[in-house]
Amino acid sequence: MRNLTDGRAELEVEGATIRQLVANIDAQYPGFAARLLDQDRLRLNVSVAIDGEVAPLGLLETVPPAAEVHFIAAIRGG
Amino acid sequence: MSTQYSVIGTRPIRHDGADKVTGRALYGADVQMAGLLHGFILRSPHAHARILSIDTSKAAAFPGVKAVITTHDFPAVDGNKMVDLGEGDTPLSYARGNVLAGDKVLYRGHAVAAVAAVNAHVAEEAAGLIEVVYEVLPCVLHAVDAMRSGAPLLHEDLRTTELGEATTTISNIAQHIRQSKGDIEAGFALADVIVEREFHTSTVHQGYIEPHNATALWNNDGRISIWCSTQGSFVVRDCTAAILDIPVSQIKVTPMEIGGGFGGKIPVYLEPVAALLSKKTGRPVKIVMPRQAVFEATGPTPGSYMKVKVGAKKDGSIVAAQAYLAFEAGAYPGAMVVPASMTVFAAYDIANALVDGYDVVVNKPSTAAYRAPGAPNAAFAMESVVDELALKLGIDPLDLRLRNAAKEGTRRVDGPRFPRIGCVEVLEAMKNSPHYQSPLGGPNRGRGVAIGFWFNIGLPSSCTLNVCADGNVNLIEGSTDIGGSRASIAMQAAEVLGLAAEEIHPTVVDTDSIGYTGVTGGSRTTFATGWAAYEAAQDVVRQMKERAAKLWDVKPEAVEASGGVYKSNGNSIGFKELAGRIAETGGPVVGRAAVNPRGAGGSFAGSIVDVEIDPETGKTTILRFTCVQDVGRAIHPAYVEGQMQGGSVQGIGWALNEEYFMSPDGRMMNSSFLDYRMPTALDVPMIETIIVEVPNPGHPFGVRGVGEANIVPPQAAIANAMSHATGTRFTRLPMSPPAVMEAIWCQGSSSQPS
Repeated sequence: MRNLTDGRAELEVEGATIRQLVANIDAQYPGFAARLLDQDRLRLNVSVAIDGEVAPLGLLETVPPAAEVHFIAAIRGG
Repeated sequence: MSTQYSVIGTRPIRHDGADKVTGRALYGADVQMAGLLHGFILRSPHAHARILSIDTSKAAAFPGVKAVITTHDFPAVDGNKMVDLGEGDTPLSYARGNVLAGDKVLYRGHAVAAVAAVNAHVAEEAAGLIEVVYEVLPCVLHAVDAMRSGAPLLHEDLRTTELGEATTTISNIAQHIRQSKGDIEAGFALADVIVEREFHTSTVHQGYIEPHNATALWNNDGRISIWCSTQGSFVVRDCTAAILDIPVSQIKVTPMEIGGGFGGKIPVYLEPVAALLSKKTGRPVKIVMPRQAVFEATGPTPGSYMKVKVGAKKDGSIVAAQAYLAFEAGAYPGAMVVPASMTVFAAYDIANALVDGYDVVVNKPSTAAYRAPGAPNAAFAMESVVDELALKLGIDPLDLRLRNAAKEGTRRVDGPRFPRIGCVEVLEAMKNSPHYQSPLGGPNRGRGVAIGFWFNIGLPSSCTLNVCADGNVNLIEGSTDIGGSRASIAMQAAEVLGLAAEEIHPTVVDTDSIGYTGVTGGSRTTFATGWAAYEAAQDVVRQMKERAAKLWDVKPEAVEASGGVYKSNGNSIGFKELAGRIAETGGPVVGRAAVNPRGAGGSFAGSIVDVEIDPETGKTTILRFTCVQDVGRAIHPAYVEGQMQGGSVQGIGWALNEEYFMSPDGRMMNSSFLDYRMPTALDVPMIETIIVEVPNPGHPFGVRGVGEANIVPPQAAIANAMSHATGTRFTRLPMSPPAVMEAIWCQGSSSQPS
């Protein structure tokens, strides 16, 4: 997604939930939300990890203070 | 490690053991019912062709035939709608197109039409009367060829997604992804030694013994019942509902016993077809795939072309790593290149890394998950390069890995930092193992090591516990048991309740009878459904405290429960006795839980292997094989060892023999178990196992999934052993006798001839 964020791999963004966080990034870098979301939920092939842990509630997850958030590919398995 | 538990860590007899060994367990092919019809699917003889016309009239008129269907019998749907497969997604047009082809066939074996008849022989004969006119098109079978400009296009509307952005480029490359950290060029500039190699792996099949099967009854009230062999009954329900454009509540899926899956029994192939045939005939219809169709038309794992480059300092510190991964998706996008890119460097703490991955469609069956999908291919490349690096640096290969091992806090190439993991502990256990400490000896022998990683996933799971008056507990769950999970889940409930494992009676039920439960895959079942059982058992304990409180006229919070004994103010009663009094204290006690847990802990596994190569025939004999794996907490150590042994043997087959032999026109030449050479008990020694327990802090009992990581390192470990035995680096899988002979004849060159 760095092509949406002027090549930046890390951003410092405010947001108490993932939904707020995505909205705030989108305000700064238009198109960011569209890349991640299908209507009002994360795309099925996208997961969000908060402090290294995949968070199952997606946009509805609460973000702790100073948390590290990653948008990663949804992981499969056999 | 398990002394604090009374049930966890023990080895009770599996609950389904008696049925399995006496032949009473019911599999999908055993389904019988009044009026049952039998289905047969006509499949494409061509790897790539346009369907110009289909005439089913002669087949429909054949005596004994009750219905014939093609893709035109499916309802019109929005093909762009995404279908949630439980742990992944795909456009509906692809899911449906793979079940019955639309205007093109994309691989030999692609389903074209289906017949229902009074028996399977009539259905097969009638299918032969269906007249299909094809315009045969050139096919492309390998990723590198398919990526070339001018290659035959499988999908004329497939536009490449480039680093997340849709492009207008129409090609066989569905997507190009990239993962990176640090500065790759600056990293390599720091290296004293750099090793770079190209690797190829063949398409291989999961090789489950039981073929795919499905029986469907489209009832007069519009409800559909399906009995099938699947790793995910709710996925079958949801996917069938999407393809048939009906609500999910109209379908009930009963998962029968399963004769192997390994990821290959997650996709839906037969269920919508059987349902449509049932709708047309008003009778139940059963379809059982012939073995040839299983090979030709169900998910193998991707063949791949990979290039890996790793740089290190003289002291062994890896300073940069780069990978180029091109994976064959088969007919529809979805190659396992994403998890491959996320796992290729997972065992290492490398400051500068770059991975480019390509998901490429080719004229082979649409690929499916296979135990740690994508990771074995990637590990074969990475672990081979690390082995060569160790050789060049003069460092023991395990010491080199330990020097660079990932640990808690290490940032993965895809971004997140690792939580508590057991990579170092696995490597140390390998180094201290009797196997690694033993001498090798003898000519033409080599020893190899490798390590691999696989994520575990969470996903939703549900569990119900019904307390019986005799003090036993019936456990209801929705996870297909493909590896002893009835036992591992029941044992977690037993531990909480203070009962013996045998006093819990687990049953896997249909989709109407339990809350949503994700697939048995991603090493999630003992973790997530086990967690549901843990929570349901806690619910039972809470209710049993209330019942004891009633008996003693105290408040529930005054009752303590430990080891199945409930106490308060000098009163004491055991679970069994209390269960006998539930009727008089309020009626049934039912514990329930539905979870969607976080905290799935990843697992590392290592392989140590000794081989001997016959220089006359090229045959490789596995002399000794040890699997070391961090399992978090071994709930049932015997089944954990079984998973480790099973994954190792499948890795051995992948390394030495298994491959799809494809003719130039896309025909699989070895589509039987006679010709598709899987290892048997006669081909391998007893696989030694070393269980490492680094408890997962994200699970009440510390569980990590154990079903997948063990298949990741064997291919590379065997390649490394064979390289040491011959002095020639092996870069293609499988390393079958002809490939070994070619390598021996070409000895002296720096790489295996292509």
